[in-house]
Amino acid sequence: MRKLFLAAALAAVSSAASAAGVDAGRYQSVLGDCEGCHGKNLAGGVELMTPFGKLVAPNITPDKQTGIGNYSGEDFRLAMKAGIGPGGKRLYPAMPYPAYAKMSDADVASLWAYLQTVKPVRRAVDVNQLRFPFNLRFMMRGWNMLFFRPALYAHNAGKGAAWNRGAYIANGPAHCGTCHTAKTMMGSDKGMALSGASLQGWFAPDLTGDRNAGLGGWSAAQVVEYLKTGRNTHSIASGPMSEVVEHSTAQMNDADLRAVAVYLKDLPASDGNGGGASGVEAQMKSGAGVFRMNCAACHSFNGRGDNVLFPPLAGNALVRQSSAETLARVVLAGSKAVATPAAPTGPGMPSFAWKLNDAQVANVLTYIRNNWGNRAPAVSADTVAKIRKSLQPASH
Amino acid sequence: MAKLLPKRDAVIIGLGWTGAILAQQLTEAGLNVVAIERGPWRDTPTDFNVAYMQDELRYAIRKELFLKPSVEAMTMRNTVAQTAMPMRDYGSFLPGDGVGGAGVHWNGQTWRFWSSDFSIRSHLAQRYGAARMNGLMLQDWGVTWNEIEPSFDKFEYLCGISGKAGNLKGRVVPGGNPFESARSRDYPTPPMKMSYAPTLFAQMVKEQGYHPFPTPSANLSTAYVNPLGVRMGQCTYCGFCERFACGNYSKASAQTTILPVLMKKPNFELRTECEVLKVNLAPDGKMAKSVTYIDAKGVEYEQPGDIVVICAYALMNVRMMLLSKIGAQYDPVTGQGTVGRNYCYQTGSGARMFFEGKHFNPFIGAGTLGQTMDDFNGDAFDHGPLDFLGGGGINCVVTNGRPISNRPTAPGSPRWGAGWKKATIEGYNSSMGFSAQGSSYPVRENYLDLDPTYTDRHGRPLLRITFDFPDNDIRMSHFMSDQLEKISKPFGAKVTTVSRAKKGWDAVPYQSTHNTGGAIMGGDPKTSAVNKYLQSWDVPNVFVIGASAFAHNAGMNPTGTVGALAFWAAQAITTKYIKSPGKLVRA
Repeated sequence: MRKLFLAAALAAVSSAASAAGVDAGRYQSVLGDCEGCHGKNLAGGVELMTPFGKLVAPNITPDKQTGIGNYSGEDFRLAMKAGIGPGGKRLYPAMPYPAYAKMSDADVASLWAYLQTVKPVRRAVDVNQLRFPFNLRFMMRGWNMLFFRPALYAHNAGKGAAWNRGAYIANGPAHCGTCHTAKTMMGSDKGMALSGASLQGWFAPDLTGDRNAGLGGWSAAQVVEYLKTGRNTHSIASGPMSEVVEHSTAQMNDADLRAVAVYLKDLPASDGNGGGASGVEAQMKSGAGVFRMNCAACHSFNGRGDNVLFPPLAGNALVRQSSAETLARVVLAGSKAVATPAAPTGPGMPSFAWKLNDAQVANVLTYIRNNWGNRAPAVSADTVAKIRKSLQPASH
Repeated sequence: MAKLLPKRDAVIIGLGWTGAILAQQLTEAGLNVVAIERGPWRDTPTDFNVAYMQDELRYAIRKELFLKPSVEAMTMRNTVAQTAMPMRDYGSFLPGDGVGGAGVHWNGQTWRFWSSDFSIRSHLAQRYGAARMNGLMLQDWGVTWNEIEPSFDKFEYLCGISGKAGNLKGRVVPGGNPFESARSRDYPTPPMKMSYAPTLFAQMVKEQGYHPFPTPSANLSTAYVNPLGVRMGQCTYCGFCERFACGNYSKASAQTTILPVLMKKPNFELRTECEVLKVNLAPDGKMAKSVTYIDAKGVEYEQPGDIVVICAYALMNVRMMLLSKIGAQYDPVTGQGTVGRNYCYQTGSGARMFFEGKHFNPFIGAGTLGQTMDDFNGDAFDHGPLDFLGGGGINCVVTNGRPISNRPTAPGSPRWGAGWKKATIEGYNSSMGFSAQGSSYPVRENYLDLDPTYTDRHGRPLLRITFDFPDNDIRMSHFMSDQLEKISKPFGAKVTTVSRAKKGWDAVPYQSTHNTGGAIMGGDPKTSAVNKYLQSWDVPNVFVIGASAFAHNAGMNPTGTVGALAFWAAQAITTKYIKSPGKLVRA
């Protein structure tokens, strides 16, 4: 009887321990934003538009036929950290294995433990829809050889524990650089890390300490508030970042968010955004008129928003990026901000494409980028025209 | 044969103001709730596009957001001696359609009915003797002021109402409405900033000894975060509220206060473009078991539920009860039956003054940008020497300066051509108006029932409205018109016009979408369709929420009281009914 009781107690301890392991693994999936590409149920299907064609995120549920139910722990570790699937199949770096390579084996193992507990979903996904020759997976061997330098995260002894934790999360599981670091024509990182990059029709903004386009004007607490709620006094997350906030950062614990903020706030300033526009008096004058008629009702005449619902344009780093791609897109197509439990509204900006022509959009963007203390390059009607064209549904 | 669906804890019919409040409160209490909405899904950024929301032709003239008569029409007549005819277009009132309901396109004037309204019969009997009410079916509502006050507070804080308290816990506060019943705390946001017309009105009536105060407004004076964490923006005074949705998140509606939280709940589901045909009762007729609805493809479904909450707007609530045989039809001849009883409306009149040399800039407007005086509302004044009961609020509200419909011209102006153009240019900016929103008291012959002849697209009888302005209300309204004339004299206008109510309600010109009664609340199942918790006396798992529960209509806009009743009924369901299902009041 006593023995039986002991055995039961041991079983309880062991299942509690594995439950804790699964919880830790679930948290790794939050840090890594797996849902962002693989979908809410992880059965894949989210399309990623790359410069090389379309990739579709695969099913990573434990279904044996269509998911990763036949993977071993080592298969999973290799896929995560070396970009090599079972049988030596090369993954594309849209799966951010160059970042995941920095993760500790323990974190990858707990993520694996969690993924094995997810409900299996039978769903075959046609992953590789890249254009020739990029659809040839063996090409990735060469890419890896040229550009992939797998390395575990290296502790920086000169920095504190929070900084190191933040650097680990940002560059490892959270893979911030996948969007925020510019890429070469070959898809490898170039230039200064996290200084902003264009992808999928959006410009992922500069996260460095630059006071104009980066996070130089944000306090660490404001970085935390943004990642946790999707908004702060400077900005509000929309576009691809709203998905990152919803699936990942809003669910990170406060200590990790503070660590990320400590790390980001310590990034040296980038080269900046190229400076303010000059010789554009006519654009500024026209833009002021467009702004009064169309934008001021929400963003207010002084560009300060209302500090509750509508984001400011004055002092908003997103407005001052070197590229106005995101701004033009939002004006033309509209955008819906993220809704989080702490800020559930998720306000939307409607489309103005039917109402404003390319020159008007260019003028109002030039105006908001160079008013109220903002300084950023002018926007041309040609740039707007290109973005407008890219937003039109492809003809069949 | 309708397809049978899995049972839910609660089925809500209609997702307007009341449906959204009930859904929020019931899901918060852990119930699994489905709402079935006849109209489309609508949300601020996608459907209330700020870039074109102020399209007067599309929304105000062509009435894009309203119920279409092809979906549901009604028939009307003034007396039982007449044959009711169907309305070919909605005119006198404009019911809502779709998610958010009429709460999408309201003005935002957010009143609390008074303590003396909820206990109107007791109050008037005590002050004037019961005989003064002869001919009027005035009766107490069954709920008292102290019971309902916290629910008003909940609705005001949900919406972020902008106003100034006049009576804080019995202490009269200067600048607020001294006639309001005691409130537990002030409004959540300060009053709106006033433009010239309401400022002048307040100054002029104050000099005459009256008590003007800022009209309580759901167009917010400042940005606001409500108790659910939902955020609203500051009103821009664009003047496009009534008949329009707000593109700026500034006017309280289900969309701007509840839906961002509600729609994410795992225990809530919304089905739009699904029209409930009827509530199905158990064979003994004592309990509702399900609702039958038809989706946009014409497929019929049966949705079972433990609780059915009818939140379909006052008139549609009554029709749904009659179609489902919940309670007995009221008969104006015998006085028997309760459903359809005490249908009331609103009795309005107005003054307009044309000046020389004044500029009112009416394009600076909002649904509730204004000042009100309640010195002649309800029983705020002595009716002893008068030949009527009731009264009205006198409101100077600059709701719109819209170019198509706002074309005031002084009497005697040319009706067309260059002379008319000149007169409208002068009248637009140099005239101002104020109005008396009069009460509407129930009489035996005003009621709702099912039309014996005309049916809807599904073959169901239309609702028939039998209504005319009662003599008491006409006398009340003429008294109000007299007050408007007196009050306007010292303004020194070049010309002043004052309208006067007359018998013969006309369904064509717009008057008010304040249809009340028909499924009224009360303490006696012989004279009310629902009890003080808005629970059907006859079918206790059916709750009927809305202005249908008003036992009479006061001289105020109904939405504040509708919102309070919704919170009040939700509280009864979540704290009493789900613990012990059954009749909450023993009669």
